[in-house]
Amino acid sequence: MHFIKTIVAVGGLMAMTGAAWAQEYPERPIQMIVPWGAGGGTDAVGRLLGAEIQKELGVPVNVVNRTGGSGVVGHSAIANADPDGYTIGIMTIEVDMMHWQGLTDLTYEDFDVLAIVNSDPGGVMVSADAGYDSVEALLEKIKSEPAGTFKASGTGQGGIWHVGLAGWLLSEGLAPDHVTFVPSQGAAPGLTDMVAGGVDIVPSSLAEGRSMIDAKRVVPLATMSPDRQDAFPDVPTLAETTGSDWNVAVWRSVAAPAGLPEDVKVKLMDAIETAYHSDAYQDFMKDRGFGLRWAKGDDATAIVAADDAVFGEVMTKAGLAAQ
Amino acid sequence: MSIVIEAANLVFQPYVLLVIFGAAAFGMFVGAIPGLTATMATALLVPVTFFMDPVPAIATIVTATAMAIFAGDIPGTLLRMPGTPASAAYVQDAYAMTQQGRPEAALGASLVFSSIGGIFGTLVLITASPVLAEIALKFSSFEYFWLVVLGLSCAVFISPGSPARGLIALFIGLFAATVGLDNPAAVPRYTFGSVEMMGGVQFIPAMIGLFAVSEVIRAFIKRASDVRPPSTSGKSIFRQQATNLVTYPVQALRGSVLGTAIGALPGAGADIAAWISYAISKKFSKTPEKFGKGHVEGLVEAGASNNGAMSGAWIPALVFGIPGDSITAIVIGVLYIKGINPGPMVFITQPEMIYAVFIVFLLANVIMLPLGWIAIKGARHVLSIPQKVLMPVILMFCMVGSFAINNSVFGIGLMLFFGVIGFLMEENDIPIAPAILGLVLGPMLEQNFVTSMIKSDGSFLAFFERPIAAGLGLFSIAIWTIPLVLWLLHRRSARQSLS
Repeated sequence: MHFIKTIVAVGGLMAMTGAAWAQEYPERPIQMIVPWGAGGGTDAVGRLLGAEIQKELGVPVNVVNRTGGSGVVGHSAIANADPDGYTIGIMTIEVDMMHWQGLTDLTYEDFDVLAIVNSDPGGVMVSADAGYDSVEALLEKIKSEPAGTFKASGTGQGGIWHVGLAGWLLSEGLAPDHVTFVPSQGAAPGLTDMVAGGVDIVPSSLAEGRSMIDAKRVVPLATMSPDRQDAFPDVPTLAETTGSDWNVAVWRSVAAPAGLPEDVKVKLMDAIETAYHSDAYQDFMKDRGFGLRWAKGDDATAIVAADDAVFGEVMTKAGLAAQ
Repeated sequence: MSIVIEAANLVFQPYVLLVIFGAAAFGMFVGAIPGLTATMATALLVPVTFFMDPVPAIATIVTATAMAIFAGDIPGTLLRMPGTPASAAYVQDAYAMTQQGRPEAALGASLVFSSIGGIFGTLVLITASPVLAEIALKFSSFEYFWLVVLGLSCAVFISPGSPARGLIALFIGLFAATVGLDNPAAVPRYTFGSVEMMGGVQFIPAMIGLFAVSEVIRAFIKRASDVRPPSTSGKSIFRQQATNLVTYPVQALRGSVLGTAIGALPGAGADIAAWISYAISKKFSKTPEKFGKGHVEGLVEAGASNNGAMSGAWIPALVFGIPGDSITAIVIGVLYIKGINPGPMVFITQPEMIYAVFIVFLLANVIMLPLGWIAIKGARHVLSIPQKVLMPVILMFCMVGSFAINNSVFGIGLMLFFGVIGFLMEENDIPIAPAILGLVLGPMLEQNFVTSMIKSDGSFLAFFERPIAAGLGLFSIAIWTIPLVLWLLHRRSARQSLS
């Protein structure tokens, strides 16, 4: 027991001296929380950005994964940390959905959104065996068959592509559950299942289907963005084809617990901006096929807030929101 | 042939070989620390690979991973702290061998047969990737459901005692797997309002608790004496394994084949492969009663299967860019960054790259032997530490590992809780292994069942409508019913002969 007491005492002493010797931020390592597993896309973005921010601020940026609970665990860990600039995290679009589902009280207002660093629009992908050559043909078929004939997959229940699909169907004048959604552990299992003949549509981002598109197993029919994507110039937008005005995109952002001191916030935002524009980050995102998007501070918060409102509406109509 | 030479030129460079060696040492180090996983080793290496050429970058990750997975068997064998769900399949036998004073024999077997399984899997990868990947693409949730059922059926075969106790353990594992939010309906279950509980029962802390902490508790309660049976390392590590290979050639081959085949399915992987292989090994063994008590036969088959599956996982990863596990997912990301886009085209556009990757696979599995030998020789000394010193140190490592998995104190609490559960189970002769199986396969069972039912609009018949699913389904049902029918017939004839 003495051992533990000593550790506690030493730890306390260190914390006090830290406060007493308060120097200019940052004077000790920064922790970056990633709410998703090691090895995924969000993890890679976090680690790379962390390495660049580290160069900029001159203190180590340690990336830690806090996974589970469809992102609730990690996002809570970011929001509940002290707003001193020593805990930041990668906040993902799920923060705009999980509170509507009633999983947590946490919303984007519990965070200081520092910057949005990436965005990938949703898409409409079908198996090559299905024989559709345009999204109009697919939509025609969906409309002509009874509800529930078509199945789609690509995220968990109430996940981003579930909401994306429901929003698209609503915009085409269909019931949001006209196409049955089959929850999956992510886009990759959803795509595999589609090629195996398990489901008909995967409405995830085209970047996630890239290898299967290259292998000519998956056909991208449309992108759910206002403009065509640079990486897929031949894939039309929904507006060009069916005339739907539905847009949805996942984004990744860097956020801190709400209430950051103003000077710390400015310093962090500047460091993230430099990191975003670094060659390492730009090349990495292009090579991985991830979309680049930059917005900081209030602009970034406005994007997050707008999505929150749209998702709330769609999720309520689709019966995905908690009553 | 010129492509192979070109590929060899890419690999056999002093720099690349140095990188391979360094990565091997790193993987060995991380894997041998209880609680630190191969996935963690891989994720840590990713930023390093950004600054490398494609071949050394891939070589770094492949070598470190292969090594970390073998090294995970070291704490498993010596301290009953398995490194991966797959190695938990044979940890009971390996640890029993250590207690009998034969740790080197157990570690040697897992080293040599891991290497054999890995090389076999790589050869399949080189020769038959496109064909096998096509078959793997035919697997939907219906097929995976039956595969998981087969995996769960193993619980009955692998439990050393009565099948009933095996089932009790299995259901403990399945129950623990239901906790949390990550289920198909995304509904929080048994979370008691706690955010941490929403993450569910993290697998590594639970496994460390069930196996290692329960052993620590037992050591404290039983006041185990420090007298250990003398180490009978008469023969050298590799000579013992030559004997094993001569005695169990069928087992080694069967494990390699089955492991590679199941590993090639992106929704299954090494976890199911090793357990099924262990069960098959016991089922067809001439001495099934020795299993779980320090018998090397299951170790041979499941060890080969484990690494065969690791190689098999690359088949869908390289041919279609489909990750089978977290490690292949990381590597696919690195491949993209290096401009090697996985897919059928890469075999045509950049064949020298793909062959270079294959050569690296083979090298990684070969370099494992000498490095593993050194690690075994070094690690053995752990056992000469007195128990009263060793046990607290083990407990400390358990805590570090449980914390590191999600950087959360909750992991430590989970580990301690499952330590008590594991202790109580073993005190009541309930085996631990089936509980681990339930914990690993429970979420897969639920996911595949629920999604299949949604797809089929609630019709059970859909589980038999696709050819592969029907075959696997009938096979699973046969496994369960045939012994029952035989037993009934046997009883009936016995009764008739009585009367």
